Amino acid sequence: MKLTAGAVITEPGNAAQNKTGSWRTFRPAVDTKKCTGCGLCSVYCPEPAISKGKPAKIDYDYCKGCGICANECPFHAIAMVPEGEG
Amino acid sequence: MKQTLTGDEAAAIAAKLARVKVISAYPITPQTIVVERLSEFVANGELDAEFIKVESEHSALSACVGAAAAGARAFTATSSQGLMLMSEILFVASGMRLPIVMANANRALSAPLSIWCDWGDSMAVRDCGWVQLYCENNQEVLDLTLQAFLVAESLSLPVMVCFDGFILSHTTEPVDVPKQREVDKFLPPYKPRYVLDPKKPVTMGPMGVPEYYEEFKCMQQEAMRAAKEKLVKVGNEFGKRFGRRYKLIERYHSDDADVILLTMGSLSSSAKELIDRYRARGEKVGLVKVRSFRPFPVRELIDALEHAKAVAILEKDISLGSAGALFIDTAAAFINVEKAPLMLDFICGLGGRDVETLQIKEAIRAAARAAESGEVRKAVRWLGLREKLVGLRV
Repeated sequence: MKLTAGAVITEPGNAAQNKTGSWRTFRPAVDTKKCTGCGLCSVYCPEPAISKGKPAKIDYDYCKGCGICANECPFHAIAMVPEGEG
Repeated sequence: MKQTLTGDEAAAIAAKLARVKVISAYPITPQTIVVERLSEFVANGELDAEFIKVESEHSALSACVGAAAAGARAFTATSSQGLMLMSEILFVASGMRLPIVMANANRALSAPLSIWCDWGDSMAVRDCGWVQLYCENNQEVLDLTLQAFLVAESLSLPVMVCFDGFILSHTTEPVDVPKQREVDKFLPPYKPRYVLDPKKPVTMGPMGVPEYYEEFKCMQQEAMRAAKEKLVKVGNEFGKRFGRRYKLIERYHSDDADVILLTMGSLSSSAKELIDRYRARGEKVGLVKVRSFRPFPVRELIDALEHAKAVAILEKDISLGSAGALFIDTAAAFINVEKAPLMLDFICGLGGRDVETLQIKEAIRAAARAAESGEVRKAVRWLGLREKLVGLRV
């Protein structure tokens, strides 16, 4: 990749080229027993790095660890675990 | 055709001849006439452009950023406090590599409040990534503004054309105004590299994370380096077409001079008259004028000054706590040169103080004494200071 003058990004949607998983200090961990597969977490995920399913599937290459999913889950099925633990 | 024009009018006519598409500016003394004239040109149909009225200089330059991003040739003008209010967007414009051209009628900064000339405004933003050209007279205001568009657009660098407030902005001089069709041949319509267009979406002004930011600054620095060559090339081309050739610096009886005055802007005119008198008496005194302060012409200044015994730098600015900006950069230019002249910095003409012949003579005398003795006891001095008022001997 060669940079453009003035940092103009000419290719729409190229954010996917930058994996942002390394930004994370806390990792969302899905409790497969509690998850109902409602998909609300995937709606709220700003990245978006969660796909709807039972259980919800998190793409750790892009998840920044913001914790919104854990906060929004009506079944408390997502816990934020420090990276490198558990 | 020759017309009698003020510096402000010369800048406005240059922008009109450049067929600018968007003008956004906020009136401030001593620049006001630039935008007054341009708004007249737009209102009476002489110029097909959008004149965007704004509530501040911050917005004026922001509107120019938007216009340039959309592919329009954009122009603004300001002075002093207005330039300070623009300062945030100055860096945005250069970082986004938008070739905006600005006329800056140099005016001192508050406080104390002053509407009169010095270079404190443009010098305060000398690191903002804009090319900075300083004009000696109203002809240069017109000529350099026209050249500014060509340089800006070919390198995606914004250009600030600086001229001394009142001394040039409000003083009438004969100015040769080129014909529109000749200017059209010199300056083709702006062809932007990237344009904001919903049909072909791009992102402009994204975040520069640590992995990329430094590279973009390096690219700006490279563009500035390329601007040296481009300014000379465009100055030559302009000379071929209009009979007035421009370089990064101008040498005036300096090639064999032992003592050289180094200055910029309208101070050069007064100094040249004095140099003529010294030369008539057979004294080896010369002048070098810096036209392009950014990019700073390091190599050219070494060539022009290295043979001299002493250089007296005359400048209407001071980097408080250090020295004048022209002195700082000229001294730095010689840092790895074996044979450097002695250098003396003379701060003068701040806040509209007249710089009289007597004072320039004083600077030349001090430089001649340094050349003779081989030492500089005080490198930074004030010229024309009313010492009693500050209770100091400087």
